[in-house]
Amino acid sequence: MQQPGPGEQDGGIHVSVPVAALRGGGPKPHPGGRRSAVAYIFLLPWLVGVVGITALPMLASLYLSFTSYRLGGTPVWVGLGNYQRMLADPNFQASALVTVKYVFISVPLQLAFALAIAVMLNRGVRGLALYRSVYYLPSLLGGSVAVAVLWRQLFASNGLIPELAGRVGIHMGSWISDPDRALTTLIILNVWTFGSPMVIFLAGLRQIPAELLEAAAVDGASRWRRFWAVTMPLLTPVLFFNLILQLIGAFQAFTQAYIVSSGSGGPAGSTLFYTLYLFQVGFQSFEMGYASALAWILFVVIAIFTGINFIAARHWVHYES
Amino acid sequence: MRKTGWKHALLIVFGLVMIYPLVWMLTRSFMSNIDILNPGAQVRFTLENYIDGWGSLRVPFGRFILNSVMVAGACILGNLISCTLAAYAFARLSFRWRGPLFALMLSTIMLPFHVTIIPQYILFYQLGLVGTYAPLILPKFLAVEAFFVFLMVQFMRGLPRTLDDAAALDGCGPLRTFWSVILPLCMPAVGVTAVFSFIWTWNDFFTPLLYLNSPEMYTVPMGLSTFQDSTGLSNYGALFAMSVLTLVPVFFVFLFAQRALVQGIATTGLK
Repeated sequence: MQQPGPGEQDGGIHVSVPVAALRGGGPKPHPGGRRSAVAYIFLLPWLVGVVGITALPMLASLYLSFTSYRLGGTPVWVGLGNYQRMLADPNFQASALVTVKYVFISVPLQLAFALAIAVMLNRGVRGLALYRSVYYLPSLLGGSVAVAVLWRQLFASNGLIPELAGRVGIHMGSWISDPDRALTTLIILNVWTFGSPMVIFLAGLRQIPAELLEAAAVDGASRWRRFWAVTMPLLTPVLFFNLILQLIGAFQAFTQAYIVSSGSGGPAGSTLFYTLYLFQVGFQSFEMGYASALAWILFVVIAIFTGINFIAARHWVHYES
Repeated sequence: MRKTGWKHALLIVFGLVMIYPLVWMLTRSFMSNIDILNPGAQVRFTLENYIDGWGSLRVPFGRFILNSVMVAGACILGNLISCTLAAYAFARLSFRWRGPLFALMLSTIMLPFHVTIIPQYILFYQLGLVGTYAPLILPKFLAVEAFFVFLMVQFMRGLPRTLDDAAALDGCGPLRTFWSVILPLCMPAVGVTAVFSFIWTWNDFFTPLLYLNSPEMYTVPMGLSTFQDSTGLSNYGALFAMSVLTLVPVFFVFLFAQRALVQGIATTGLK
């Protein structure tokens, strides 16, 4: 589409003129002209997806959240009825509590492990690649049904954990069928997948200039002090990124709870993740209006938490100018 | 010296603790159920769990694996086509509303999928596609996993602009430039996209749970879940064996592509 310049055969100095125009640094090519049209051809699949599979369904679910709707029927407007129903719905409250516990216990622990191991691996450790692989592997497998199956067996009454505890004289039954402990197993599972934030921490640590740490060492700062005064502040953007990513991920966890409880969220609702309850309402009872309202509450809560994080970040995340 | 010794000892012990559950499952998958339930007894190596598990459901386990391979293959193809196309437009072409559309793309990465899942289900239901693979595959051809678009955009932005300029001077239009110049240079990002697409679709449980209703069409996670619910809890060995089978492909992808994986996480993580 761009006409080749007059000197295209000999290249060299003639090149500079059309190049400047192409870069968009010079006069802008007419917007909305042919260039736009071509770009939209490239964008077409994404545009269809973002409108048809994301934006419109999102609006549709907002509408449905104010209706009573069963698959195949007609939506009946109920105003705020679904939202009022939540206030009196014990399962809603229980599942919200389970999810909040899961998110706010497992994510800080997971990030603490990720950071601690990343710091240990950072200082030119021999065999870094091997260690990194070993610690990273669980986060690739952790979302699978197979690992959830494994977890259920690990903590079952004849599983590895009770067996090991038995050897040191502690007798305990199945954690999976104990309402006080079932959630703990899922928290441990999430902490176990600390490898992917660890890899991100490692990449962040590598970008911290060695001169700064050396300068601090010359000034007599201890290892401990150098970590807190130099490394940590420079690592806060990475920590923030990991925090956002893992929080959003943990709020949406589903597979593990479903497999460990065979879809029930039991025992006694102790693993009834919010997403699992949403699934039960929407796709087992087919109350799609109420499920849409539940989905929108989840969306709003995640958005609020993310927003709070971004606001709080101004006070603790350090960006280099 | 003594200090690094302690560090290695700690890292090794902790690494073993991390990996041990997987080893535990692997060894148990080769033990008979009697040996599993009597930890002290003499253990014999056996393949009976694999044979049992493979044929114990009405649909052989191999069928689930085949289904998963097909679905994952189609999803990889869809992601590669749609995400590279969109990324090229965002990274290299100028068009009206580029800024807002790019921001929209980024915001969809963070969007919890539950907020769209019910109308999506209704949509596929009304199109008569519930019970087919279309709801699993079609979204990938529409670049719904915007994470990959972002990854590609980041990668393409790192390529020198002079390449496009030279291609333009040689008379290449955007499509030709994309196909013959940019895309061949994006192979690392293409690799990361392919590998993550594979692992995510291979492990995906939620989407098949919603949309697939006949066991002949189940993918591996659905097959394994069904197996656990029907016979698994009385036949630990077979359950472990089938679990191991479903993890093996992911493990090998990890083994051969871990460099790409680690780079992929690190670069997208840090923008």
